Amino acid sequence: MELNRRSFMKLSGASLAATTIGALGFGAAGEALAADVRPFKLTRSTETRNTCTYCSVGCGILIYSYGDRAYNAKPAIFHIEGDPDHPVSRGSLCPKGAALLDYVQSPDRVHHPLMRAPGTNEFKRVSWDYALDRIARLMKEDRDKNFIAKNDKGVPVNRWTTTGMLAASASSNETAWITWKVVRSFGMVVFDNQARV
Amino acid sequence: MTDLQSLNVIRISASDANPPQLRQNVEVAKLIDVTRCIGCKACQSACMEWNDYRPPVGYFNGTYTNPHDLSHDQFTLMRFDEWVNDEGDLEWLIRKDGCMHCTDPGCLKACPAPGAIVQYSNGIVDFIEENCIGCGYCVKGCPFNIPRYSPVDKRAYKCTLCSDRVSYGLEPACIKACPTGALLFGSKADMTDVANGRVEELRGQRGFPNAGLYDPPGVGGTHVMYVLHHADKPEIYSNLPKDPHISWLVQVWKGAYKPLAVAAMGLAIVGSFIHAVIYGPNEVDPHDVEAGRRMVDRRSRGVIPPRPPEPPPVSHVKPEEPVK
Repeated sequence: MELNRRSFMKLSGASLAATTIGALGFGAAGEALAADVRPFKLTRSTETRNTCTYCSVGCGILIYSYGDRAYNAKPAIFHIEGDPDHPVSRGSLCPKGAALLDYVQSPDRVHHPLMRAPGTNEFKRVSWDYALDRIARLMKEDRDKNFIAKNDKGVPVNRWTTTGMLAASASSNETAWITWKVVRSFGMVVFDNQARV
Repeated sequence: MTDLQSLNVIRISASDANPPQLRQNVEVAKLIDVTRCIGCKACQSACMEWNDYRPPVGYFNGTYTNPHDLSHDQFTLMRFDEWVNDEGDLEWLIRKDGCMHCTDPGCLKACPAPGAIVQYSNGIVDFIEENCIGCGYCVKGCPFNIPRYSPVDKRAYKCTLCSDRVSYGLEPACIKACPTGALLFGSKADMTDVANGRVEELRGQRGFPNAGLYDPPGVGGTHVMYVLHHADKPEIYSNLPKDPHISWLVQVWKGAYKPLAVAAMGLAIVGSFIHAVIYGPNEVDPHDVEAGRRMVDRRSRGVIPPRPPEPPPVSHVKPEEPVK
C-alpha cells in the first residue's frame, strides 16, 4: 500500500472516527469478552503415587504423566505435586520437592553406570555387569585384607571398618530392614540409611 | 470466545458490557501468615512448576531474595528484609510478594484493552494475555507494583491465583506446597476468621501487641491477605504500602475524564454534521479559478518570470571514478 502524506492523513482520520464510534457504544468493544481461564493441565492424565526421592522425611508425591496407560502411549512425566493423602506431608513439599519435575527431566541426570578409573579425570560408560562385578571384586579384596575378626583381647568383633556404605533415604521399613541386614552381615560399621531416622 | 466461563466474570477491562453475574461463586482468599513463614521458597518452586516458567539463573545480590524482583516469568517472590526493632534486636521479615487480587483492581481500571483483564466472581483478577495490547497501563495502575511487562511477547503477566486450578476445585499450587502452614486457602470469610484467631494469639501470647491482618480497605479489600507481626508498620515488610489506593491519575483518566472526552468526541461528530448541512463542502470560487488561469497564461507569455528550476535530486551514490 502506498502511503503518502495525504493518504496518511485520511487513514488517521478514519481510525480516529472508528475508535470514536467504538467509544460511543456502536462498536464491538463489548464483544471481546473474557476467554476461558487457562486450560487445566491435569485433566485425564495418569496420576501415580510415589515418595519424594530427596531426603529421609519421605514426603508423598503425585506424579502426573501423559497418556491413560494405553498400549501405544508411552508415559512422560510432566507435573509433580504433593500427595494430600500422605500422612507425612499431607500435600506439602519443600522447595526441592516442589521442583522435582526438573530433577526427573534434568539433562545432567545419570542414566547408566559411569566409572572414573584411578588416574583418569573423566567418567566412562560401563555396563551394569561390569560395574557390579568390579564393585564386588573390590569389596571382597578390601574385606579379605582388612576384616577384624577379633580384637586385642581375643573377643570376636567381626568388624569391617575400611569400607562404608550410604544407602537410600526415603525407603520403606522393609527396604531399610533388608539393607541393614545385608550391610551388617558383611561386618560393615560405617553405614547410613533411612533406618537411622 | 464467549463461553459459560463468562458468566463467572463480574468485571471486564475497557468495556461497558455488563457481565450477566448469574453465578455467584464463593469468594476465595489466600492467607499469608508472615509470622509462620520460614522463607523456604517452596511456594516459589511450586509456582514455577505449575505455571511452566523457568527464569534464567541470576546472581547473588547480598540477600536471600532470589531472583531480585518479580518478572513476567516470576509470579511470586519471597522478599527478605532485615529490621531492627525498638529493643535493638534484629528481626528477619520474610514476605511472599505477588498479586493481591484487589476487590477494586487498579490494573483492571487502567487497562484500555477490552477483555485483557477480568475479575471473576470468586474474586480472582486474571490477565487474559490474548487480549493484551502491551501498553503497560496496568503496571502504572497497580498500587502494589505487581504486573510485569514481558520483553518476549510484549504483554503483561502476573499471578493468576491459579485460576485454572481453582476453577477445577483445587487450591493454588503455592498453597499446597507450603510446608509450615504459613499459606492457607479457603473462603474469604474463613480466612478472615483464621487470621483473626492468629492475630489474637500473636497479641496475647506471643508478645506482638501490634499484630494484625492486612486487608487494605483502600482497594476494597484484597483476596490475598497477610498476617503481620507489625501491622502498624507494613512498610518494613519490603515496602508493603500502608494505605494503598489506585493512583489519582488513573482515577481521573478512567473516571471523570473518560465520559467528558467521549462527550467531546460525540459533539465534534454532531457539530461537523451540522456544519456540513448548513455550509456544505468548501468549494473553490469560480472567480479564483479564473484568476489562477490568467496567472498561468501570463507566465507562459513571459509577462511574469518563470518558476526557478527545481534543484537536481541529491544523489547518495558516490560517482564512480572515471576509467583512465
